Amino acid sequence: MHGTRPVLWAAVLFTLAARLAAQNPAPQPSGQYDGAQIAAGAILYGGQCVACHGPNGDQIANVDLRRGQFPTVVSDADLVRLLAAGKPASGMPPFAVLRSDEVTALIAYIRSGFDAMGAAVKIGDPARGEALFSGKGGCAACHRVNGKGPYAATDLSEIGLTRKPASLQRALLDPTGSIIPGNRSVRATTRDGRTIRGRRLNEDAYTIQLIDEQARLVSLMKTDLRSLDLIPTSSMPSYETTLTADERADVIAYLLSLKGR
Amino acid sequence: MSVWIGLVLVAASYQLNAQVSSDRLLHAADEPQNWLTYSGSYMSQRYSALRQLDASNVKNLELKWIVQNQVFGPWESSPLVVDGTMYLTERPNDVMAIDAKTGRLFWLYRYTNSGRQTVCCGAENRGVAILGDTLFMGTLDAHLVAIDAKNGKLLWNKQVADDKLAYSITVSPLVVKDKVIIGVGGAEYGIRGFVAAYDAKSGREVWRFYTIPGTGEPGIETWSGDAHEHGGGSIWVTGSYDPALNLTYWGVGNPGPDYNPDQRKGDNLYTDSVVALDADTGKLKWHYQFTPNDAYDYDSVQVPVLADLMWKGTLTKAMLFANRNGNFYVLDREHGRFLSGTPFVKVNWMNSFDEGGKPIQTPQPPGTTIYPGNQGGTNWYSPSFSPRTGLFYVSAWENYGSVYRKESTPYQPGRRFNGGGFQVAMPNPDAPPMRRNPINDWTDAVGRGAVIAIDPRTGQSKWKFQMYDVTDGGILTTAGDLLFTGNREGYFHALDARTGAVLWKASLGGAIMSAPVTYSVDGKQYVTVNAGNAFFTFGLRE
Repeated sequence: MHGTRPVLWAAVLFTLAARLAAQNPAPQPSGQYDGAQIAAGAILYGGQCVACHGPNGDQIANVDLRRGQFPTVVSDADLVRLLAAGKPASGMPPFAVLRSDEVTALIAYIRSGFDAMGAAVKIGDPARGEALFSGKGGCAACHRVNGKGPYAATDLSEIGLTRKPASLQRALLDPTGSIIPGNRSVRATTRDGRTIRGRRLNEDAYTIQLIDEQARLVSLMKTDLRSLDLIPTSSMPSYETTLTADERADVIAYLLSLKGR
Repeated sequence: MSVWIGLVLVAASYQLNAQVSSDRLLHAADEPQNWLTYSGSYMSQRYSALRQLDASNVKNLELKWIVQNQVFGPWESSPLVVDGTMYLTERPNDVMAIDAKTGRLFWLYRYTNSGRQTVCCGAENRGVAILGDTLFMGTLDAHLVAIDAKNGKLLWNKQVADDKLAYSITVSPLVVKDKVIIGVGGAEYGIRGFVAAYDAKSGREVWRFYTIPGTGEPGIETWSGDAHEHGGGSIWVTGSYDPALNLTYWGVGNPGPDYNPDQRKGDNLYTDSVVALDADTGKLKWHYQFTPNDAYDYDSVQVPVLADLMWKGTLTKAMLFANRNGNFYVLDREHGRFLSGTPFVKVNWMNSFDEGGKPIQTPQPPGTTIYPGNQGGTNWYSPSFSPRTGLFYVSAWENYGSVYRKESTPYQPGRRFNGGGFQVAMPNPDAPPMRRNPINDWTDAVGRGAVIAIDPRTGQSKWKFQMYDVTDGGILTTAGDLLFTGNREGYFHALDARTGAVLWKASLGGAIMSAPVTYSVDGKQYVTVNAGNAFFTFGLRE
């Protein structure tokens, strides 16, 4: 396997260089990294970082660059600082030699999950994100975190363990299009005319379990129901216009910091 | 007078403890108090003539006993019941002799595997076969063992294949006359599959049929280069037997490597086929291939169900075969002629058959969803045929697809030989992987389980019983017009075999991974099934 690495890297670099030369940089979505930055970051990574961090970014203990696992870093700004100062005690030199656009490119490649063809997500400041979560964004009106808040929507206390930045960004921009099947809401109408709306917790051929809008755990026999419908739309609004790109980046940073207790 | 009564009693008790002769196996369906072969009879209909339980009283079923397994893991075994004694295997290769009335053990046999056995999909064993007073079991390290049915002591132990090359045995054997017929698993590791017959007394191999032809043999032209050397073709579900034709029928597994047909250009006989073999010699009489040059892991190890049907005005010796590839087939089991093929779930890998019954394949663009997906429209789950309703019943996965990828894989002895892989087609890139009991809030988004009752004469569904989760449970039907089955949700259901209406159900709290069996002791009918880590036996409330 070791013998194949230089060849592989040569191939990757060649492909990326060809891609860079060929493409006209697309207009950059505000607050995002674009394909050219990610591709440039891949080349820089191959030159500056791969020797220590390895081709998959997981060669240093407790660090997995591709999966976004760091001992201290949370935001992109943290990464900028780390690259400038290094971590001499752990053997990482300062990379003051890098221009700021090169630093941005490297972060873009890391935040894309090492997917040179993919998209990277900008990660802002978690403290600002927390303020947005309970303030302007209104997230805390429905979502519960670390024992505080309502039960109406999913509990986000561990969301930073299970979701990647790109997935969180999708959820903020297009909640209905990115809802996972397990978070669907259902509407059940009983034979005596009652309507129960809630989030499905479990289901089998004969029964369904949900948490209703009053936060009650409810189990229903399907034979008692006149109708049972999955609600195709998410009750969460899109934040495409109500938050700026930088504010979304802050919210994403906050969500990524939620890793349970 | 009393002497006469005594003699009658002696005769009766002798009958109760009589050896299971090959003649009894031939007429297994005529002694429905017993369950003498994997599928209940050589016709493999998993149908019982017992009629004490029916629609009027099935609601009065109650739990009679439970046997908890000693070795954790899904339980795919199907028990035999012989004159009041149940013979049940648990993983990897334990055999239990159980009082079928109380669930108490008479003895427990433990086989020690080599420790280097390699299996793709769990340390499964699907059950024993019986002849005389001897039980026969294939082992994970690819041996065939004979065990004394009275005391669980080993009689002989014969190596069938080399486990260092990842050969294994999970299939329950089929006894025909004086021979024990068994096959090998390992197609995910580049084995060359075979069915073989062993002399029941000595363990001597009598014949062997390779499911992958060798150099110079017919069918070798369906393989490119030396691909046949590691062509796969596992046998992991028990076949059937027609005594009048003296043919034994076996479904053959996938080619190797599983997902890269470019590495084995050609039809790849006899993978994904059913083969009809002379039971005395193992000589191939005919074959029918369901999925030539398979790219989707469509093993054809489903149970070949034999039934005599009126087909277009003629009484026909038919074979009914619901295939993993999503089609339900009717074949002429005497000559192997294709009579019909009809999809029972969504199918897009093919769209029609040519005149000879060969599928016209419709390869989809790379990265798109293939239906049915990797686990198939159905799989090894036992189907059932009721001669009373004339319907064929199959456990199906509906609206379930996979996205496949192929890659070149070199063969290395004993190593995985997959040639790519697959992903369940997800509605959303962040959806979690397929999940089982006890929490299931979404599998309807990637496929649903159903029991489908098919009229073999039309291939069309007569009724359908839909579940929420997918199902791995087999199906049993009875002369009381009951259909018993279970699913991943842990329900054991009794349905009306004529309509699909639910008549009774019990929540057993663990996924049901094998097929129910029914039997009677002292005139009382029982039905037994596994769920999670236990076997549950039900009878009428007294």
